[in-house]
Amino acid sequence: MIQTDILIIGAGPTGLFTVFEAGLLKMKCHLIDALPQAGGQCSEIYPKKPIYDIPAYPEILAGDLTEKLLEQCKQFEPGFTLGERAETIEKQADGSFVVTTNKGTQHQAPVVAIAGGLGSFEPRKPQLDNLALYEDNGIAYMIKDPEVYRNKKVVISGGGDSALDWSIFLSEVASEVTLIHRRNEFRGALDSVDKVQELKNAGKINLITPAEVTAVLGKNKLEAIEVTKSGAPPVRIETDSFIPLFGLSPKLGPISEWGLEIEKNAIKVNNALDYQTNIPGIFAIGDVNTYPGKLKLILCGFHEATLMCQAAYKIINPGKRYVLKYTTVSGIDGFDGSRKEAPKAVVKSIN
Amino acid sequence: MDQDVQIKITDRDGNLHEIAAPVDMALNLMEVVRLYELAPEGTIGICGGMAMCASCQCYVLTEHSLREMQDDEEAMLSEAFNVKPNSRLGCQIQITPEMEGLEIELAPED
Repeated sequence: MIQTDILIIGAGPTGLFTVFEAGLLKMKCHLIDALPQAGGQCSEIYPKKPIYDIPAYPEILAGDLTEKLLEQCKQFEPGFTLGERAETIEKQADGSFVVTTNKGTQHQAPVVAIAGGLGSFEPRKPQLDNLALYEDNGIAYMIKDPEVYRNKKVVISGGGDSALDWSIFLSEVASEVTLIHRRNEFRGALDSVDKVQELKNAGKINLITPAEVTAVLGKNKLEAIEVTKSGAPPVRIETDSFIPLFGLSPKLGPISEWGLEIEKNAIKVNNALDYQTNIPGIFAIGDVNTYPGKLKLILCGFHEATLMCQAAYKIINPGKRYVLKYTTVSGIDGFDGSRKEAPKAVVKSIN
Repeated sequence: MDQDVQIKITDRDGNLHEIAAPVDMALNLMEVVRLYELAPEGTIGICGGMAMCASCQCYVLTEHSLREMQDDEEAMLSEAFNVKPNSRLGCQIQITPEMEGLEIELAPED
């Protein structure tokens, strides 16, 4: 069981900044995120897009913001459970919470801060009949272990980076790779597009465009797919696996079953005080919460995280007094033993 | 004096809304839908309007000549579901005075 002071659900900008603010108050944090990397939307959807409303940064790329936040909170040694979705929460007799992920990893903390943005990113599934029948039985929406496809026939569909990159990778592993996309044009890094062209010319990737997978077939497990080019009759392709890669879309998901008050697909919080939800000890900060006048901005998430940490401090250190300290005056003591502080002024006479 | 344009929007439940869309606020169609709360928060404009998700996909029902489709919109629509020949991403269509009388229908949620 992973134990921490503040368990943060969501490793986006708000979650990462919480680590820093909590660290100043000597509280340890652990983050859970469904994505395999930190940064949330900033790293998953738009890492190369500029943001112009982060205070003191006239312009910063979303990916760079993530880097900076990770650097800023590093000395407070946050723990990460990445690639796992927070599934259930249980209140313990001592008032703490146990949060379990979809992979069974358990976390315990007296305070839970949900910084889940728009929810956990789930793969977008094509709208085909019987899709669910073959999930984990020939159909997968993410590739976790490419070795599973060794010497197997694989059909990939999609037109973005992941469809291109996995087609390239699996062309060396699988016995047959078919890439199907609705258009002739692909949206991805130029060298990936060129590489797929090269592999297609070499007969290592069977490219079918513009076309769409229109049916999945098989008894008990996936045996074939049906692909349709516009205006042509469907063609059956025998395959062991079908991997639709149509990107990810955020869903509030299991969090909506935790007994929290939800309004407009977001968690209602008390914004007059500390962003606590209707369940004491559980807070919601950043894009995932709502209150009158709410703005879904990164900078608002930072502010909410800071106030939330004050309330968390009172829960974790009952009765203890606290006075705000400025980092410029007090410096920062990292949990890793590091210390940052302003250089002392030199007092010296001038003769 | 800037005036509003009248637009008809059919929401995902099939309800028709006739709304006034301001032309002087640099709004796009996705933002107009959010302005009038015609789709639940979190189900439209997920990427914020960067043509990087298809949550604001809509069908254009009238013959208005709209801003031509750019590469990123076309690429996104090619990966979206429920796409029809008249599909557009609402976030890529700025409200202009020429849009008076426009009718659109919101595509189903993914």
